[in-house]
Amino acid sequence: MESYLYIALFAPLVGSLFATLFGNSPKKLFVGVVTSALLAVSLIASLNLLMHVYLTETIVHVRMLDWIVIGNVDIPFGFVVDQVSVVMMVVVTIVSTMVHIHSIGYMDHDKSFNRFFAWLSAFVFSMMILVMSDNFAGLFIGWEGVGLCSWGLIGFWYHKEDIKRSKNLEESPFSTLSPYSSPSPSWAANEAFIMNRVADLGMLIGMFLIFWNIGSLQYDAVFAKIGTLDHGLIVAIAAFLFIGAMGKSAQFPFNTWLANAMEGPTPVSALIHAATMVTAGVYLVIRANEIFTVVPEVGYFIACLGAFVAMGAASMALVATNMKKIIAFSTLSQLGYMFVAAGLGAYWVALFHLATHAFFKSVLFLGAGNVMHATNDEINIKKMGGLAKHMPQTALIMTIASVALAGIFPLAGFFSKDLILEVAFGTHAYILWAVLWITAGLTAFYSFRLVMYVFYGKENFDHAKVHPHETYPFVIAAMTPLAILAIIAGWFEHQFVEMVTKVLPPLDIHVSSGTFYTLIAVTTAIALGGIAFAVLKFKKDGTYYSEKMKNRLCYKILANQYYIPHFWEAVVSKPYGKLSSFSWKELDLRLVDAIVDGIAKGIYGGGEAGTAMQSGNLSKSLKWMGIGILILVILVVAFGNLK
Amino acid sequence: MSVTLNDYLILSTLIFMIGMYGALRRKNLLMLFFSTEIMLNAVNIGMAAISKFHGDLTGQMFAFFIIAIAASEVAIGLGLLVLWFKRNNNINLDSLQSMKG
Amino acid sequence: MFEVVAFYLFAFLTIAMFTVTVITKNALYALSSLAAGMIFISAFFFLLGAEFLGAVQIVVYTGAVMALYAFGMMFFDSINDVQESVANPRLTFMLTGIVALLVVAIFVAPIIGANATAHYPIHEAYGNTQDIGLVLFTKYLVPFEVAAVMLLVAMIGGIILAGKKMDISITQLSEHEIDNHKTDTEIEKDIK
Repeated sequence: MESYLYIALFAPLVGSLFATLFGNSPKKLFVGVVTSALLAVSLIASLNLLMHVYLTETIVHVRMLDWIVIGNVDIPFGFVVDQVSVVMMVVVTIVSTMVHIHSIGYMDHDKSFNRFFAWLSAFVFSMMILVMSDNFAGLFIGWEGVGLCSWGLIGFWYHKEDIKRSKNLEESPFSTLSPYSSPSPSWAANEAFIMNRVADLGMLIGMFLIFWNIGSLQYDAVFAKIGTLDHGLIVAIAAFLFIGAMGKSAQFPFNTWLANAMEGPTPVSALIHAATMVTAGVYLVIRANEIFTVVPEVGYFIACLGAFVAMGAASMALVATNMKKIIAFSTLSQLGYMFVAAGLGAYWVALFHLATHAFFKSVLFLGAGNVMHATNDEINIKKMGGLAKHMPQTALIMTIASVALAGIFPLAGFFSKDLILEVAFGTHAYILWAVLWITAGLTAFYSFRLVMYVFYGKENFDHAKVHPHETYPFVIAAMTPLAILAIIAGWFEHQFVEMVTKVLPPLDIHVSSGTFYTLIAVTTAIALGGIAFAVLKFKKDGTYYSEKMKNRLCYKILANQYYIPHFWEAVVSKPYGKLSSFSWKELDLRLVDAIVDGIAKGIYGGGEAGTAMQSGNLSKSLKWMGIGILILVILVVAFGNLK
Repeated sequence: MSVTLNDYLILSTLIFMIGMYGALRRKNLLMLFFSTEIMLNAVNIGMAAISKFHGDLTGQMFAFFIIAIAASEVAIGLGLLVLWFKRNNNINLDSLQSMKG
Repeated sequence: MFEVVAFYLFAFLTIAMFTVTVITKNALYALSSLAAGMIFISAFFFLLGAEFLGAVQIVVYTGAVMALYAFGMMFFDSINDVQESVANPRLTFMLTGIVALLVVAIFVAPIIGANATAHYPIHEAYGNTQDIGLVLFTKYLVPFEVAAVMLLVAMIGGIILAGKKMDISITQLSEHEIDNHKTDTEIEKDIK
């Protein structure tokens, strides 16, 4: 079993290193094939481990290498495959393999084909380290690794220039109505990385506090002793760890990077910003559940923040015309759902929603990629339309995924989302329940708004330039397993619960069966209502917002993402830029450089002045001799013992 | 009051300093030689004085050899000076400089 | 009493003479005052009871060395005043002045060395000449011989440096070749 662990962990690394060899060469098809094959190997190993863990109920734990062993500090490279991590492993490898195969088709005209696969496989490797590690330090290594690979992938087309800021909603890079997802890919990549880094500071402080008070970073050691600490200290640890999770999972106020990350190629969004990296924060909370259960007030704050984000993101998606941003906002919204579940103590529910969401969201992104590929990288949904007859399979898959997202029985989203609503209701957090319920309706609405605009209705694209066609058959074949999983994943809830509650606490709420079915009915009603409204209004008007509506302030606020990006730029980026410029010009150039250069100049000057001593003039040499005599005599008078 | 060793040594110092002043200030090579002679003589006085006041002949022997060496030094020095004068037609110290400081 | 008077008198004269030597612009004055200074120094030697040394001083220094300088002066342009440009006269003066001051300060301190034993003690019974002769030819014999060789070398060196046509040996030439032989200056004119 341990060999399966190592295969699952290192196969993506081998793929990445192999692709790096061809990093600067033009596109080579076998690079994509080999990396996808290695990921499939990792997937098979993960499935084997899943079977093993499920059937034998034992966990696989290896200590691969000693890393830091000094005095009292003992941090190894250790990996554990227990029920939680094996679920994550399977989710990550399935989605990654399908995304790799899809990318072979999506990136087929890109000249940096090989580099893309190198980064992508490296990302999967880092994510595997993150979920398989058995201590916080290994988690942090994977954490930073995924941050780095995300930077490389978001900024994949780094040669694109920055877009100028503008007040015009159709042109501003911070508006969801413009064709730009952000000022530029490198800008978005830097923003994602830096925001994550700032949040990671919180996580590091949490880790330091843990190590300082408990003396170890191993999960089992930490969780065994966490109860013995002072309550305020545990609150602090939990809060700081959650700050790190906030950065990765783009909770407010660290949320702007996720929408801007749509600058990267669409398979990247599918893998990283739907299924894996952004769920790392949720994973952290789930993994550290023993810390969070001791401090339910922090959990409640997490749940409230999650609900706030869910609603806010859904509201921003209502007016957006940037297709990928709509899907990104829905990811943000669903992450909020996961945090609500985790915050209220229903950790396995959060994990379950994480898994189902990964399937339908990634396939939604992959479908969006197909659409963009077919329409010459068009991203404005209003400039598409009527694509269903040109790309029927993609349309079908995206519709299935949207239905799953809306949470309609019997697709996967129904099982996980309704559970979260039930948890909220059952723990008497009625306001949270109401917020999530309204958000469910909004989610259904904007998902189908997207589907309607893209696939049905009038054909709004430029027929001279755009010839939409279905993508390669192997790409559709890659998307199909994910679509199927989006349908059936919810049916395994019982087995899932049975397996995962060996390590996670079971659900402890009591809802009477009458209330239970009422809740399901109410939720399904609002979801269906949202879908119906989206479909019918489109068929009637062809648009959703009248011109009067578009001039209203609330529309503008939503289109500008509540002005959060503008706020960050004005309050953080510009002053910091000025501070950096000042430090460079005044402090660095004038002070530090001047001192260093001054020392050099002094030595040079001294040397040049000293050459006068060697003039070859006898008279001058005699004078120097006289000065030497003077010095010696002074020394004799000063230090000789003359009475 | 009699003359002590200190008086002779101070005298020797003064004459030595005069010689040194001349060596530093004079730019004519011949004058430089003169100043060197003065310095050597000053040292001789010192040697003889110490020899007398300690009752030891070593000082006088040393002075004797210094005289011998000074004489030979003058011979060679003047020979070289003559050759230099034939080549350059002046014996200014600054013309002796071939390095560029 | 006489000793003190003689000491101060000769000291004053010596210093005055040597000062003239280093300050004057006239080369002849410098030469003359140097010779005078040498004589007065020999007076000191006589005062100190080193008669042999005093005699040697007059003979060697004032006689031979000064004569050498006088002959050397004939080569140079001695009538005109010496042309000298000094860069920084003040510096030189200050330098020597301070060193003089300090060394005098050193010598004002009483001499330590009361326990020094003489290696070659002075015997008052013999004269100074005999005393020196005894030490010179017994203990200092080797330096004496070496000094003699050195003087010989210096003499030969001086001759070669200053002499003309030193590469030709006249004793080995025949009459005819001596007559037809060109001088150095004629050879130089031919080359030009």
